[in-house]
Amino acid sequence: MTRKLLSDYGMLFVLLLLCVLFSVLTLKEQTPEGSTAAARLVEQIDKEFKKSDIILTVGAVNKDSALLAEKLGEELEKKGFGNTKVVIGVPRDLRLKLDDISKKGDRLAAIVTSGDVTKWGVIEQIPEKYPELSGCKMLAPKSYIWPDFLKRSNLLAIVDRIVVIALIAIGMTMVIITAGIDLSVGSLIALSAVIGTLLMKKMGGLHAPGWVVLVGFLAGILSCGLVGALGGLVVARFKVAPFITTLGIMMMARGLAFMITGGFSIYQVPKALPWLGQGYSLGIPNTVVLLVVLYVLAHIFMAHTRMGRYIYAVGGNEEAARLSGVPVKFVIVFVYIISSLAAGLGGCIQASQLNTGTPNIGMMYELYVIAAVVVGGTSLSGGSGRILGTLIGAFIISVIQNGMNLLGIESYTQQVVLGAVILGAVLLDKARSSGGLIAFLQKKMNF
Amino acid sequence: MTKEPKPNDTLLLEMRQIDKSFPGVHALKNVSMKLNRGEVLGLVGENGAGKSTLIKVLGGAHPPDAGKILIEGRLAHIPSPTAAQQAGVSIIYQEFNLIPDLTVTENIFLGREKTRMGLVRASEEHQKTLQLFKKIGISINPNARCNELTVAQQQTAEIAKALSVNAKIIVMDEPTATLTTQETERLFAIVRDLKSHGLGIIYISHRLDEIFEVADRAMVLRDGEHVGTEDTNNITREKLIEMMVGRPVESEFPKRTASPGLERLRVEDLCRGKAVRNVSFSAQAGEVLGFAGLVGAGRTETMRLIFGADRPDKGRIFIDGKQTNIRSPCDAIRNRICLLTEDRKGQGLVLIHSCRENFGLPNLDRFIRGLFLDQRKERKEFSGFVESLKIKTSSHEQLTMNLSGGNQQKVVLAKWLARNADIMIFDEPTRGIDVGTKYEIYLLMNRLADEGKTIIMISSELPEILGLSDRIIVMHEGRVKGEITDVANTTQEDILSMAIA
Repeated sequence: MTRKLLSDYGMLFVLLLLCVLFSVLTLKEQTPEGSTAAARLVEQIDKEFKKSDIILTVGAVNKDSALLAEKLGEELEKKGFGNTKVVIGVPRDLRLKLDDISKKGDRLAAIVTSGDVTKWGVIEQIPEKYPELSGCKMLAPKSYIWPDFLKRSNLLAIVDRIVVIALIAIGMTMVIITAGIDLSVGSLIALSAVIGTLLMKKMGGLHAPGWVVLVGFLAGILSCGLVGALGGLVVARFKVAPFITTLGIMMMARGLAFMITGGFSIYQVPKALPWLGQGYSLGIPNTVVLLVVLYVLAHIFMAHTRMGRYIYAVGGNEEAARLSGVPVKFVIVFVYIISSLAAGLGGCIQASQLNTGTPNIGMMYELYVIAAVVVGGTSLSGGSGRILGTLIGAFIISVIQNGMNLLGIESYTQQVVLGAVILGAVLLDKARSSGGLIAFLQKKMNF
Repeated sequence: MTKEPKPNDTLLLEMRQIDKSFPGVHALKNVSMKLNRGEVLGLVGENGAGKSTLIKVLGGAHPPDAGKILIEGRLAHIPSPTAAQQAGVSIIYQEFNLIPDLTVTENIFLGREKTRMGLVRASEEHQKTLQLFKKIGISINPNARCNELTVAQQQTAEIAKALSVNAKIIVMDEPTATLTTQETERLFAIVRDLKSHGLGIIYISHRLDEIFEVADRAMVLRDGEHVGTEDTNNITREKLIEMMVGRPVESEFPKRTASPGLERLRVEDLCRGKAVRNVSFSAQAGEVLGFAGLVGAGRTETMRLIFGADRPDKGRIFIDGKQTNIRSPCDAIRNRICLLTEDRKGQGLVLIHSCRENFGLPNLDRFIRGLFLDQRKERKEFSGFVESLKIKTSSHEQLTMNLSGGNQQKVVLAKWLARNADIMIFDEPTRGIDVGTKYEIYLLMNRLADEGKTIIMISSELPEILGLSDRIIVMHEGRVKGEITDVANTTQEDILSMAIA
């Protein structure tokens, strides 16, 4: 069982390894933010101080500490600490406030800080410069060590970045398993987005009701499906190489997207448009829900239905499949339709994420999608591959990009690294399937 | 057991205690062999006995787990096919290694092009090829593209290629499988010629007649073990078969009592290009109808039309008296026709998929439950066939590419038997298959005919055609040349004279 898992999803281990690596590299002291940290501090203050005490909460402008300071101020006010003062700004603001208090001759009970504020020079110099205030207590939420990589906001960013590519990769996996390729998906993203948003604009624009968004999406997706059907027919019926067919479609679809909009973006879109790409259901982003549902469905489809088996058979040996009664042409048209529909849906998500329809979105996406599929262990020669492998492949790409961003690696270097990692991952996969890295190298170096 | 060991200078090749295992299979168990100069060693054994593995070890395709290879008394290290070639070993596989779109000359010099200043010297290559062809007495146009050649011509081109690299040891793996009788005779002449030049030849064949005709000694492998090596003058055919299968065998063909029923299939005026010209015939229920003829006579092409694999230019097909339009293999299968192709690897199986998946492919409509496949039912049914056909696999999930030829054919058989078709077309069903499995397939065909199915069998082996068919149709150059109803009183020569003239 583990053996099979390892051979089917060896890339999963690569993904986990990358996650561990980036987690270690981005380990940092983190200051708690948000309501739990605030609540805990309020509790502490409530216990140790009188309601009349003067309490200062300090936050640096535009930082997490500002949020906490404001939050604290509100909460303490509610509790009845009438002399709470909130200072948000630069160190000078704090100094002015301290001067003010010291002039009045008030007794300062506590200063609450967090994050960087704790290390401000003003605060360290209080005993020297304001001896009269030296009795005040310093309070700060407990900081802890946690990788930036594993922060909730970052994990969501990883998903957000890959969702369109991962979704389209479902269709691409099927196409590649039939030993085909679909280069048109990047352009279809744009085509779907502009068709969809244009229709929304015509049907009322900004003030159109929610169902108009749905109609727009459907129109975009179905137009792509139609394009896919045409492409599939050209491949299946006229035996034009998939590479050429979809290259042609790629150019045509991109051109059409620009023609339809005259090269401009469409901004007059309904307010409900961002729901799909930016909204949440039950605390989970809608895109994630969609991704999970579609991957589960696609996995079941490929592993447990007749059509799934036919797709593998066509890629494994088209002639043997045909002579076994597999409707080969239908299967080929089918996978190109699915791939195009997926690209269409990807376009809708992209439009929803950007809240606009733009004809130049999705450039080069086809290559990232193909990379995700191949890194996921699907062979370009057809006949083998796993849907869930593709999901892992997509995440490997996204995690690498994200990790490098966190580490502050510049974008040119990122391209080089990403390319190298894709190659390395595929080589590693080959090594694994031929009995381990060492055996692989021995065999290959012998020549 | 073997002859007196000859003086060492005649010893060309020695393989000592070769051992090789694959996951789940111990393919070779301490096998040793010797080959002398000017000797033809016949290598025989059932499918899966280890012949191919032994040859692949010699050819550098598989490194052995243990054992040594000595060529002319020197230890030879053969880690790759290139190394084998350098050591003087040339292997002519069943599947030719010729590149179809290149000419014969280009193929012969592939990887060793004669060049001057980086340019290929085509005329020099052409001359050398002609010399080579003259030497072994073959007449192929060196400028012909390999995909234009007949199988026999391709084979001679392979032999010429082997000779052009100064091979000392030539291995021929089932060289006559696709040859006609005349072509086989010509091949034997070449083999004898090579022998007289002092080359050592390892000759693998399932056709024992050939072993007795051309080989000096016969080496028998069974289940990866070396059972024995015998002088072909000192052993009988029966004894050799017994060594191969490990038990006495009574007859090569099962007894057959024909009881044809109603007409099931009638073909009228079927045409496609030059390959099939105005073919008409009919086949009854419960009958084995043999199709004889030379390779390229249009037999396979005719069957492909009936099965819908190709479209006919014209012609009608009647099934049970009703005209039926068959436009694709799907249509044919729906009309209860199945075709077991001659090219198992290219057309019969998806080699990179498992036995079970290959078995299921034409049967998935029966395994559907709701929207999904009932894989338990599929497994269960396949298990039945594994048992009844005695398919040797490590598991249902074993890839078909890792099976021996006979077991591959059994998987193909299983997938079509499960379809329970009324008209079963077998194209060269026993090509490259060992004696024991052959007999099982004959029995099976007999049984199917007795159950009332229509069996159409294409075979280039005349004894097989004569031994099994109730009726024989002979084809020549795309036409039906004649029909033989009195099979019992027909000789191989009768069929041959019809097939040639």
